[in-house]
Amino acid sequence: MSDQMTEGYITEDGRKIGGTLMEMKNITLRFGGVKAITDISFDIKEGEIRAIIGPNGAGKSSMLNVISGFYVPQEGEVWYKGAKRPQMKPYQVAQQGIARTFQNIALFEGMSVLDNVMTGRLNHMKTNMFQQAIWKGKAEKEEVENREVVEKIIDFLEIQSIRKTPVGRLPYGLKKRVELARALAVEPHLLLLDEPMAGMNVEEKEDMSRFILDVNDEFGTTIALIEHDMGVVMDLSDRVVVMDYGKKIGDGTPDEVRNNQDVIDAYLGVSHD
Amino acid sequence: MEAVRSMKTEHLGGTELAQSSQAAGGLQSIPALLHRNATEMADRPAYREKEFGIWQSWTWRETEHQINNLARGLLNLGVKEGDFIAIIGRNRPYMYWSMVAAQSVGAIPVPLYQDAAAEEMAYVLDHCGARFVIAEDQEQVDKVIDIQEDLHQFEHMIYLDPRGMRKYDHTQLHEFSHIQEQGFAARDELTPELERRRSKLDYSSTCVMLYTSGTTGKPKGVVLSNRNVIESAKNSSEFDNLRPDEEILAYLPMAWVGDFIFSVGQAYWCGFCVNCPESAETLNVDLREIGPTYYFAPPRVFETQLTSVMIRMEDASPMKRKMFHYFMEHAKKVGGDILDGNPVGFGDRMKYALGNLMVYGPLKNTLGFSRVRVGYTAGEAIGPEIFAFYRSLGINLKQLYGQTEATVFITAQPDGQVRSDTVGVPSPGVELKIDDNGEVHYRSPGVFEYYYKNEESTKGTKDAEGWVATGDAGFIEKDTGHLRIIDRAKDVGKMADGSLFAPKYVENKLKFFPNVLEAVLFGNGRDKCMAFVNIDLTAVGNWAERNNIAYSSYQELAGHPQVLETIKSHVEEVNKSVAQDEMLSGCQIHRFLVLHKELDADDGEMTRTRKVRRRIVEDKFSDLIDALYGGKDEIYTTTEVTYEDGRKGSISANLTLIDAPVVAVTSGKVAAE
Repeated sequence: MSDQMTEGYITEDGRKIGGTLMEMKNITLRFGGVKAITDISFDIKEGEIRAIIGPNGAGKSSMLNVISGFYVPQEGEVWYKGAKRPQMKPYQVAQQGIARTFQNIALFEGMSVLDNVMTGRLNHMKTNMFQQAIWKGKAEKEEVENREVVEKIIDFLEIQSIRKTPVGRLPYGLKKRVELARALAVEPHLLLLDEPMAGMNVEEKEDMSRFILDVNDEFGTTIALIEHDMGVVMDLSDRVVVMDYGKKIGDGTPDEVRNNQDVIDAYLGVSHD
Repeated sequence: MEAVRSMKTEHLGGTELAQSSQAAGGLQSIPALLHRNATEMADRPAYREKEFGIWQSWTWRETEHQINNLARGLLNLGVKEGDFIAIIGRNRPYMYWSMVAAQSVGAIPVPLYQDAAAEEMAYVLDHCGARFVIAEDQEQVDKVIDIQEDLHQFEHMIYLDPRGMRKYDHTQLHEFSHIQEQGFAARDELTPELERRRSKLDYSSTCVMLYTSGTTGKPKGVVLSNRNVIESAKNSSEFDNLRPDEEILAYLPMAWVGDFIFSVGQAYWCGFCVNCPESAETLNVDLREIGPTYYFAPPRVFETQLTSVMIRMEDASPMKRKMFHYFMEHAKKVGGDILDGNPVGFGDRMKYALGNLMVYGPLKNTLGFSRVRVGYTAGEAIGPEIFAFYRSLGINLKQLYGQTEATVFITAQPDGQVRSDTVGVPSPGVELKIDDNGEVHYRSPGVFEYYYKNEESTKGTKDAEGWVATGDAGFIEKDTGHLRIIDRAKDVGKMADGSLFAPKYVENKLKFFPNVLEAVLFGNGRDKCMAFVNIDLTAVGNWAERNNIAYSSYQELAGHPQVLETIKSHVEEVNKSVAQDEMLSGCQIHRFLVLHKELDADDGEMTRTRKVRRRIVEDKFSDLIDALYGGKDEIYTTTEVTYEDGRKGSISANLTLIDAPVVAVTSGKVAAE
């Protein structure tokens, strides 16, 4: 148990942030001889919006993949809900209440928005294949229950008008929103967003920012996000981790990070010798 | 169990109420009609709304229960008789209940346009001195909070959708469902007071106050009594044989008198079901699912639908396209006559039936018009081609002429006497007269009571005998008795040579082209007419896509040489058509330009009901008008624009001014005129 476990804090806009939900302890990740992440430690507290930023190739996505259990670090420990997390398959991580979106949208293009979002409910379905084949009875009841949850999310993200549209026909900005919907369908404790605003125009970014804030506010979901757009990150997040060349060079509130000399150097580009 | 018991007590209470209003001479208020429906048609659907992908419905009995709870909640909150309650939101059952609940406690509902900017709302809220506001969601609540400081009488706000509202200061804010719960909890104490107030309602009490869209100047608050609303609803329902099994889709702004009459007046009088769409974006799907039997839309909606049909047909396979055009050609020939019951040959009928199977039926189904028994278009003139298109499909689309001040109905077209160039015969109970200047006047049971806090305007509009000036110039056709509207009386003017200037007549002709969204004609007191044009981004954008023309914005497309050439050909055609009209041949367009921005209500250039504010456009773009008359070929201009969130910016562009060919008019005609 970490001694920070129970420490929470109050954000500038008066939200109460709880104790530590997840803690990364001295994580090092190597791909062969390449060190993607070097000895990084930070925590994510219950109910906060935590951002991981850094220039291209800083190791942000690798970090997110460690959190989501897709990569297993060679060194270090991941603590989740006060317990050390053993090596897990991604689906087991999902069962623990962690959901994510992807940088390069990973939806089922041929399926409708509704079906895509329904896949997010998979972990909540208990019926077996045989029951689902018969459908009447238990499986039907289960589908109705899950559909209700999904419909609330569709309503929340205002995508009613594309409910039945195949995802492949949607513009990029909406696909991103559908991905968020699918992640929300998991009803996660911790939501990981990999570059949620990448490739969006200003209006789409504004919409997405509002949805992220609303998700955090309405469902109390803890959110960890990776983002390029500094403006968005500084507005959205409560605390920021800054990475550069696989190392942590800053950690704190947006204001603290903004005034951190190492961070300024990393972003303005100082020669690394 | 609780709910059931409460319902019973309500029924008992209601019976007393019904008796008292019977004594007063029948059903004299909307709450009284509600009670009649909840008694006589208790299990029929009254409202439906699509939410979470399912059509949720409420019967009349449930509706009364909901409204009574809300009404008691309002009493609990301290609503007094005569208070104004502003209602801001899109068409949702809860918003309609709010209006009836307000009436039930003797307050006056004031629906507002939900897309209005905060400052526009500030004027209306301050003018009526609303103590209470019922808002749909955070967006509307935020607007009211923004302007709260200027609203001295404002006290409480009720919001429907709690999303994002948790952090707000709740001393003056209340959630809709909580108000209803409080009303339900306090039913024993508050029901007697509710009944006392309801039983006082009669024909002379105020039913609703609606603000006019304000084509000129500030909006005016039109006070309509129960007599106005119920008599109008009754007469018009009888005119079209509306029944309790009609289905309508409520999607037009709640602040508009039309929506109030269709979705409240007629719905409560006839007891039919009001269906509310899931969101503005899902409207077309919802329309198709409901299949309304009674449908109402301004011409713009029909235009947009027709444009989208045509665009989709152009993208269809050659086979389908050919079939579509072949059968539409036939429908054009005989469809209208078949609908009107005129004699049509057997062969033509068979071919039409085949067309119905192959094209018309599926098309109507896609549009959601399969079941439309009575359809109306009003608000503005509809293009004859557009009108004919829908009628040829077998949709009984008719024209109606009305005003907020008349509680909608002035004239309407009876079945079988439908033409695109008239607005029909006087509605039941309406008298018409044309004054010396050609302005249309009317008198009817629907004539409004007065403009709120504006005695001067009331006197200027309504004379001592109850005649109201419409502000429209028109005449009654001798042989048919149909009314024809020429234009707004104040817009009709004279050209320098004394010939008639009727801008709308020409603008409408131009707007009937799918590529043209809006047009504004100038020429009053001048020797020639000039025009501004807005292109239709959907239609022209589709054309650009098919022709590999890249564009990034409205402005860029509007300035494209090929687009200008197309618009020029449209103008030329309009000129030819205008030249044929002896009275108006002087209104041909000599020069025009395509504006670099769309006229927008946010910039004040249009009303919220999308009517052009001529004077404002004239002022704002005076440099462009001067350039047109000055004979320049090009002009650089900068225009201020307002974004949706109220921020201001500016756009600038180089505009090309174009000469259009005009048809020479022999001077003899002008002299004769």
